[in-house]
Amino acid sequence: MLEARSLTKTFGRLCALDALTVRLSGGQSVALIGPNGAGKTTFIKCVLRLVLPDSGELTLDGASLLDNPALRSRIGYMPQIGRFPDHLRVGQLFELMREIRRGTHSGTDEDLIEAFRIDRIAHQTARTLSGGTRQKVSACLALLFDPDLLVLDEPTAGLDPVSAEILTEKVRAVRAKGKLVLLTSHILSDLDEIATDVLYLIEGRMQFYRPIAEMKAESGETRLGRIVAGMMRQAAADALRPEEPAA
Amino acid sequence: MMLRIVKYVVGDILRGRIIFGYAGVLLAASFGLFNFGGDAAKGLVGLLSLVLLVVPLVSLVFSTIHFYNSIEFIELLAAQPLRRSTLLLGQMMGVALALVTALVAGIGLPILIYAPTVTGLVLLAVSLVLTVVFTGLAFLAAVLARDKARGVGAALLIWFYFALLHDGVTLYLLFLLEDFPLEGISLGLISLNPVDLARVLVLLQMDVSALMGYTGSMLKNLLGTGTGIAFASAVLAAWIALPVALTLWVFRRKDL
Repeated sequence: MLEARSLTKTFGRLCALDALTVRLSGGQSVALIGPNGAGKTTFIKCVLRLVLPDSGELTLDGASLLDNPALRSRIGYMPQIGRFPDHLRVGQLFELMREIRRGTHSGTDEDLIEAFRIDRIAHQTARTLSGGTRQKVSACLALLFDPDLLVLDEPTAGLDPVSAEILTEKVRAVRAKGKLVLLTSHILSDLDEIATDVLYLIEGRMQFYRPIAEMKAESGETRLGRIVAGMMRQAAADALRPEEPAA
Repeated sequence: MMLRIVKYVVGDILRGRIIFGYAGVLLAASFGLFNFGGDAAKGLVGLLSLVLLVVPLVSLVFSTIHFYNSIEFIELLAAQPLRRSTLLLGQMMGVALALVTALVAGIGLPILIYAPTVTGLVLLAVSLVLTVVFTGLAFLAAVLARDKARGVGAALLIWFYFALLHDGVTLYLLFLLEDFPLEGISLGLISLNPVDLARVLVLLQMDVSALMGYTGSMLKNLLGTGTGIAFASAVLAAWIALPVALTLWVFRRKDL
């Protein structure tokens, strides 16, 4: 469904994505993990065409995401930091987004709006909202147009446990409907709940891309955090070990 | 779609305090100038000096800061099925429209009350045009700069150059080139500064060009005619169109 071929992006001397080639399909929930600066956010931003790659291809069901703004009608995006115009009321914000998306989607999905009781804060202006409430609004906006590809950047950061659970449930339901979910999170225990696969990046290159269930079965560990931490230590140790001389 | 963006930007800004402060200060200053400056003509001269300094400054600083404060939401909108040019043009038009609204309330109203003359209306018109020109330049600085501090700094430099420095450069060049025919050169130098163009357009209406000496009478001959006014308007239109076109070109390729 979503395919990157030799996707490359450099910022000055820093190589954020180094010829990344990967293919993700519907029904998956892929967690992007890796150390800071590994290229997770850059990859997400390329998918949304917020960042323009230097070279490479990025396609959604075969159509290029890079020169086709209309394709973004199939994507829902929840940014890491949601900030809205100070004096816009929450109700007006939803109205604005509906008008921008008018005619580009078949149906809307208002489950989350109801679960988070957004109607209660519809009259509040955006600048009076707390950080967590802004995250809820962002999540509702990302899911509102029933997207085929859902992109979540640190979705549970700042959410209270109950809201985080509601969002997790919703994302699982979306994935079960055959949609593709692409997310980043620093909280690995959250990913355990949401993700089906892990895409591990280091310095813009793919280290591995595997189903979580397979990793668990192989390592005998039940917690994703342990498995990933083990792999990161292994990767660091490999990097430090001097190259063995050829026999 | 663009109109929808313009609408929300204008609504958002007009509900804020800063734009009211801007309109209020202009209103107070205008009433002061008209009431204590003697007759309406003197009031207009005072208002002209004020407007030529304040309008570019506020348009530049307000627009740049507004862009940076909205960057997260602009990013969210850019991730929607919207063209980047539609998005940014909507932002620019919204900011310009909000500033124009404040200007009409702040100086338009007093001008209509105290000096509803051709000169007064020309002053109001050039102020509105300057607002749009400098909003465009502000957005250009904002999309080119890497962070807020650089963007606002660049905006201040633009103001400093056009409001203060350019006149000095003009005088110096005219002094250096005094052996050559000055008409074309000075007209060219004035065209390079929208603030100067605005000033000349208003002064020509005031019939005080005799006070401006040799260059003044020369300008009267060059710009006082119908052709001259059409030329000046065309140059001001270019001062709007070129920065806006360049801003959109940069923004379409910008990493957010």
